[in-house]
Amino acid sequence: MTEKKHFWNEYQKEIADDNYFYERSCIRQSFFPGSETAFLNILRNELGLTIIDDPNQHTCTGIGYHSDVVPFDTTMTICARLFSLMTDKELTNFVPSCVTSFGIFTEVIETWAQFPEELEKTRQFLRKATGREFKVPENIAHPSDIIYKYRKELKKKMKYQLVNCHTGKPLKVVEHIGCHYAKIFSKHSVGGAEFPQVLAGMIEEWGGQVIDYPERRHCCGFGFRQYLVMANRGYSVANTKKKFESMEPYKPDFVLTNCPGCTMFMDRWQYTIAEMEGKTYDEQQMGIPVLTYEELTGLLLGYNPWDLGFQVHQVQVEPLLDKLGIKYDLKDKFTGVTGKYLGEPEKPEYLKVCYE
Amino acid sequence: MKYYDLLMHDVRFKEASTACMNCGVCTAICPAAEFYKYDPRQIMNIVQSRDDKKIEDLLRSETIWYCGQCMSCKTRCPRGNVPAMVISVLRRFSQELGFFIVSEKGRQQFAVKRTVGDNIINTGYCVHVDHVSPKLHPEQGPIWKWYVENAEEVADRLGANYNKYGAGALRKISKENLDEVKKIFDVTGGSKLYEDIEQYSAEKAKSLKMSIDKEGLNNEYFFHTYIENSNNHQK
Repeated sequence: MTEKKHFWNEYQKEIADDNYFYERSCIRQSFFPGSETAFLNILRNELGLTIIDDPNQHTCTGIGYHSDVVPFDTTMTICARLFSLMTDKELTNFVPSCVTSFGIFTEVIETWAQFPEELEKTRQFLRKATGREFKVPENIAHPSDIIYKYRKELKKKMKYQLVNCHTGKPLKVVEHIGCHYAKIFSKHSVGGAEFPQVLAGMIEEWGGQVIDYPERRHCCGFGFRQYLVMANRGYSVANTKKKFESMEPYKPDFVLTNCPGCTMFMDRWQYTIAEMEGKTYDEQQMGIPVLTYEELTGLLLGYNPWDLGFQVHQVQVEPLLDKLGIKYDLKDKFTGVTGKYLGEPEKPEYLKVCYE
Repeated sequence: MKYYDLLMHDVRFKEASTACMNCGVCTAICPAAEFYKYDPRQIMNIVQSRDDKKIEDLLRSETIWYCGQCMSCKTRCPRGNVPAMVISVLRRFSQELGFFIVSEKGRQQFAVKRTVGDNIINTGYCVHVDHVSPKLHPEQGPIWKWYVENAEEVADRLGANYNKYGAGALRKISKENLDEVKKIFDVTGGSKLYEDIEQYSAEKAKSLKMSIDKEGLNNEYFFHTYIENSNNHQK
């Protein structure tokens, strides 16, 4: 184990200290808006850092690019416009909220480094289309990189640890870093694709136990066009199923994810498999909760679970909250921003939930 | 121009395909190769052969549409090749040359263009809460349906700025920003690719005697490409 830890030290990346430009994620802000809110609050309020959320930003085109309806020239120039927004703010540290976007931005910058004529072409495209200029970011960090960097400082502020309050034992956690975080350019990730540490480092620092299981590095199954088109979704669910079958014997308390797409798929496909096959991968027929790293950080800091957004997860988190010793108000769970009670969702037929 | 020379026009092909020795590690690690009748090693072999007829067959095939773009092949290739990126370049030219409508999986590009593609231009998002209807996404489950039905109350409780101008999650993106996105698509070939997909798909829809409409999802050809599954793709 010591030798292994020494080995991944070679895969450390430089993560900027402060002054970030935040690029929101289409998937994270749609499916887990509370995670993006929590991340900004953690950086600003817990760590006292500066991060800019520019209203002029837009998609990086990543989902369109990887499903091949957006050409690479277009994607490079769209990225360049986002970099111009960063440049306008006199910032140089770019923080994309999505693992797909992280892969896109690193691919674009690596292409420009290797083929300078592509950078010049992109500059001309952007100038012609918008009159804008841009600087290439000096540092690209995924938000989880920043949480990882400051994991020890955050631990000092945390009210809870990843310990089962009933048994005193560390919670067992499966982590999933997402393919495009480390598989495209390992050098831009913490720990690389072989010994991923970005989430494992948080789990271990905060008292949990990382589960190493055979399909740890397997894709969640998004597959872009393999999910976007209904006819192809068998591919997507089959991949998630493979992962859950592999992790089941280790009885994880929850799954921690890096990529918002992976979070959503590993949550929703558990519901689908339960309804189609009458199968869950836990013993209580409730499924295994899937958390974003922002949600986990917020929970341990003592944030209200329903302000973090756990009510929009299909697999219920209450059993995990109970293990952590976190109190919650079920009446607050389905309440909107105006304080209005919104009623309860319908119940699945097989998967058990914590509402009537 | 020969197809191989055409592929070499894309910088990604130059970068992704250098002296593949056909070891097959890409196929061994590939999630798509486990699920579909798919073998990225063979695709690299065909492309490397520079055989025009075989490359055209690839551009017309089902097989180039099976890759899930996870990029596991990039990590594992001992020569630094990227079969998934070669696939992307093949898909690009399959669409530009109109070959994609020959295959069932290729025709699905119309459904992707009418959803994600048009979302980008019309809203500035690939995906937004409003785009993921429970009807087209039953796998999202009852809580997603509840969220969609109460989107502003739920999202804004979670700190969003749902469909309103200004900063924040799920904000409405201003016309000025959308105009710049559209101009980038016009200047860089993005709009042209959309036109190609629409034009070739309209020809196919006509041959099948299906409605297609100029935009939107409420037409026969959209549902044909979104739902049709011959179940002849899996291993």
